[in-house]
This record gives sequence, structure tokens and C-alpha cells, in this order.
Amino acid sequence: MTAVAEQIGQWLFEFTRQEPAEPWLQHLRERAFARFTELGFPTTRDEEWRFTNVAPIAREAFRKGHADKLLAAPSGIEELTREDLERHLGRYAGFEQNAFVALNTALLCCGVIALRVPRGVFTHPIEITYDVPVSVARDPNEPAPVSIHPRTLIVVAPGAQCTIVETYKGEGHYFTNAVTEIVAGDGAVIDHYKVERESPEAFHIATMQVALGRSANFTTHNISLGGALVRNDIGVTLSEGAEATVNGLYLVNGTQHVDNHTVIDHAKPHGTSHELYKGILDGHSSAVFNGRIIVRKDAQKTDSKQTNKNLVLSDDAVIDTKPELQIHADDVRCTHGATIGQLDAESLFYLQSRGIGKAQARSLLTQAFAQDIIDRIKIPELRNQLEKVLSEKFHERSNY
Amino acid sequence: MALLEIKDLHATVGDREILKGIDLTVEAGEVHAIMGPNGSGKSTLAQVLAGRELYAVTGGQVTYDGKDLLALTPEDRAREGIFLAFQYPVEIPGVSNMYFLKAALNTIRKHRNLPELDAMDFLDRIRQKMTAMNMDQALLNRPVNAGFSGGEKKRNEIFQMAVLEPRLAILDETDSGLDIDALKLVAAGVNAMRSADRAMIVVTHYQRLLSEIVPDYVHVLADGRIVKSGGKELALELEAGGYAALGIQDEAEAVGKR
Repeated sequence: MTAVAEQIGQWLFEFTRQEPAEPWLQHLRERAFARFTELGFPTTRDEEWRFTNVAPIAREAFRKGHADKLLAAPSGIEELTREDLERHLGRYAGFEQNAFVALNTALLCCGVIALRVPRGVFTHPIEITYDVPVSVARDPNEPAPVSIHPRTLIVVAPGAQCTIVETYKGEGHYFTNAVTEIVAGDGAVIDHYKVERESPEAFHIATMQVALGRSANFTTHNISLGGALVRNDIGVTLSEGAEATVNGLYLVNGTQHVDNHTVIDHAKPHGTSHELYKGILDGHSSAVFNGRIIVRKDAQKTDSKQTNKNLVLSDDAVIDTKPELQIHADDVRCTHGATIGQLDAESLFYLQSRGIGKAQARSLLTQAFAQDIIDRIKIPELRNQLEKVLSEKFHERSNY
Repeated sequence: MALLEIKDLHATVGDREILKGIDLTVEAGEVHAIMGPNGSGKSTLAQVLAGRELYAVTGGQVTYDGKDLLALTPEDRAREGIFLAFQYPVEIPGVSNMYFLKAALNTIRKHRNLPELDAMDFLDRIRQKMTAMNMDQALLNRPVNAGFSGGEKKRNEIFQMAVLEPRLAILDETDSGLDIDALKLVAAGVNAMRSADRAMIVVTHYQRLLSEIVPDYVHVLADGRIVKSGGKELALELEAGGYAALGIQDEAEAVGKR
């Protein structure tokens, strides 16, 4: 307890040594930091964090640093005006209940990526990369490991169509604490990807909160590949007639831990949501899937489907999966299902009986398990990259 | 030297002994039918020969082409020329038929010191064989057996056999679930592959397949042993008198009578 309290002192130090910001932002930061100190880091006694122990983050003294940011946006995408920034920032990803969001908000400064997508069709993706290279992760003058607090806000105009790719990567030991807010105007169409390929020693905690206007259509693919300790909180709120597709793929081995918490909130009628999360676990890795679907009293005619499928390749990997349906309307269709399985012995034998070596057969079937998620990814480079990671990560040596 | 020589083969699944001493010799160029009631061990024999790990071989020897077959992995058996047409072909979503078959053919070719085929050469080679099995080319891009009808799955097995050109083909109840047109098509595919250097073991419950694929020898398996062997006329005897005429209780029939 004292150790944790001391680290809050370290965060206070980082908080107070920031340059003062404009009054509205300074006020936001201060409220967030006050909330952070009240909440403290969650423990496994907290239901939301039961299977993910963040003590390794809580007990370590991190300094605040800045990731290398790369932003490639098609022409026509604008920076948010100061007024819009003030209007939207922090409005969706609330810090009242989440210490990590509170911390991110408290440390907000100049580095926010804040974009406005005007009406129109943008075929080229908006690519946002947060990179922690060795030069950032290690500072000879500052022995403490670095923490970065990326903040992204994208406001998509009504009727606009765009693709967003967020990538997180780095080298060595560091802590990424990211928050992304996406606001979709009425009828906007957004295809979003998040690719987490942090270093094997990194901690990655991320919250994404999405607000969908009427008849907006939002698809996200949340791909978790790297990191020692990873937690993703994704929340999507649907207005009338909105459609959300929330898919994820987590590929873990060694002692990796990945926790995906999603909340799909049907606030208004006629919303549709599809959710498919697939995981492949090897070694001593562990994963958590917690999918909450809320159908509010008003949200009649909601159509919602949630699926979580896991392929467990070793005896020592652990998966905790939990659907949570909170349905307050009576005329809705909601289904959910979760499976945990191993490679099918019959399929393996079938492939072997055609001359395909056991190792190759295993890797084929492993890849096949993830194929339906990969096939849904509309960016070819990303698809290829994933197929490569898959075959490398779960490749077993074989002669042929 | 016989292509396949099985001596006193015993196999169990769990605690249960299924094969209780099988002796069988198959020469290159021959077609042997193995008949028998349900539960007699026909499918077990087929799967044991292909190397299914579910079954434990507890006694006996199997020599294939002069080699100790039981010492080989399933994939090495396939590379050495053994092919099992499955009674229940397995559906593999996420792996395309084309990718699967090309990978299979190329590992077998590599084993035979033949150059691997690229996609174009592969397609050229299989196109005519697809036509022969009346298979739609679109099936190539579909996942292996996924969403195939029962008949399509069986045709796909024989098509695979035609592509992989085994030396010993084991057909496990390839006739089950087929209507007569599909049966004739499958049988024609099998008959087209009969040759002096290729042997076949045709496992079936019913005689009707053997009117189409006429065997050189027929063996009757009951309770894990071959209880009677003869020429093709033995199949007709069985058709006329049923397994009961040989003093064999057929589980399926017995259940029917209850």
C-alpha cells in the first residue's frame, strides 16, 4: 500500500511539473488528477479488474515522456479548432470511473492528436502511429522508465466516410496509457483499426470511447499482438439506427497477458451491433474477454450479437471469458456465445493423412482459426502483416 | 514381395480391443474388399493403416513396400503413397481446398524428389481431374469440405486421390450416403485409377459398391477378425443371405429386429 502511495507521489511530481495550460485545459487536468488520486490504481478486488493485476504498473515509478508520433492523413482532414477541442476533449472517455483515463487526462498537453474529418469520402486511411523507440524508452539522465500518454480525438462530420488506423509500438520497457475518443456524426461511416504491437516488456493500457450519431456506421478491429500486460477498454454508444461492428484478435504467447473489455451501449432504438473476438493463446499466456452489452429501456428493436472464440494451444495458457448482457428493453434480439477449444485432432489427422507434416498442419489450422477476422480487414498491407505475424508467432519447426 | 502385409494385427481404443488379429496380404494391382457389419472393425483397420493416433496398436506387424509401416507418422505414410478416403471427410474452415491440396501434392512430390508445382502448373494438372469428378472449379476456392454436401465431400476425396496418385488407396465406406448416380461417378473415378502398380482396399458395408468397383478378393470382418475370404462372388453371397448366413450378428440388423 505504501509503495503504491509513493508512486502516486511520483505521478504528482509529473503532474505539477507540467507547464500550465489554458484555463479550460488546466481545469480539466486538475479535476482528472484529483479523481486519479481518489481512485488510485485498480486492484483485482475491483470487479472490472478481477483478472488483470496492474500492480506491476502501480508499483513502478514512471517518468512522463513523449512517443514519436507519426500522423499521415489524406488531404482535406483538418486539425480541430480550439473551440471544438474544448467542446469534445474528455467528454466521451470519462475519467470518473477509470484511473488510467484520469491519469491520461491529468497529463494532457500539447501532444493531443485532434482531427476533424469533414463531409466527404476519404479512401486513404488516417494513420496514427505512437512509437517508443529506444531513444525515448531510455534516457541516460533519467533512470526511471518512461510512460507515454497518447491522446487522440477524431470528430467525424455527418455523412463523412473515413478509415482510421492506430498503431502502437516500441522497444524495451515502458508504459503506454492511451485514450482515444471518436465522435461520429449522423450517417458517418468509419472503419477503424487498432494494431497493438508493443515491445514484449511493455505495459499497454488503452481506452477507446466512441459516440455514434443517428444511423452512423462504425467498424473496429482491435488487434493485440505485443506487450507484457495489455488492457483494452472499448466503449461504443449507439444512437438511433446506428450500427457498430466491434471485432478483435489477440495473439499471445510466452507470459503475455491481454485483457479486452468492451461495452456496447444501445441507447436508442433500431441499433445493430456485431461483436466477434478471437484469441489464440500459447505458452503460459493469459487472456480475458469481457463483453458487456447494454440495451437501454428506449432501445427497442436492437439487434445484437456477440461471439468470443478462443484457441488454446498449450496446457498452461489461461482464458477468462465473460459475456454480460444488460437488457432493459423487451423487443430486442441479443445473442452471445463463447468457446474455448484446442486444435481439432481429426482435422490434424486429415491434413497429415494427405502428407502435410504435423507442424505445418498445426500452423495451418492455427492460421485458419484467425482467418475470418483477417478476411474482414479491408487494408491489404495490414492483412499481410497479420498473416506474417501469425505464421511467425505460432510457427513450429519442421523439416517440411 | 507383397505391397502390404498385415500380420496378427491387434488394436485398441481406450480399454476396448477392436482388432483382434488381422492377417491380410495385398499385392500391387489388386483390389481387396473388406466387408462386415457395423462395429466389426473395418473403419478401425482403415484408420490404423493411415496412422490415426486414436487407436493403439497392441500387437502384430504391418509391412508396406518392405518398410515397417507402424513406425511411420501419418504424413510419412501419405508421402510413401498411402491414401485414405475418409468415411467422414473433415471440414476445415479457413483453409482453402486449393491451398490444402497444393500443399499436400507438393510435400509428396518433394518426398519423391520431384520439383514442386507452382499455382499455374498445379491448376493445369488438376483441371482435367476435376472435370472427371464433375466438380465445380469454384469448390477449389472454398474451405476444405466446409459446406459441401455429402456427395461433394466423397467426390472431393476421390478427386484428392486422383491428384495425389497413391500406391495404396484405402476407401473407407466411400459409398455411404451416396445416391446411385453419385455412386457411379465415384466408382468411375476409382476404376480409372486401377493399375498394375496400385492396390486398393475398399471398405464397405454393402455389396452395391462392389458391383461398380469389382474386387479381386473379398474379406469378411467380424468382431475384429477376418472370418472368411473369397473372390468377388462372396460379396454376392452376403448380399443374398446377409451376414447372418455366415453366422455373424449384424448389430444394425439386430437392433432393427428388436
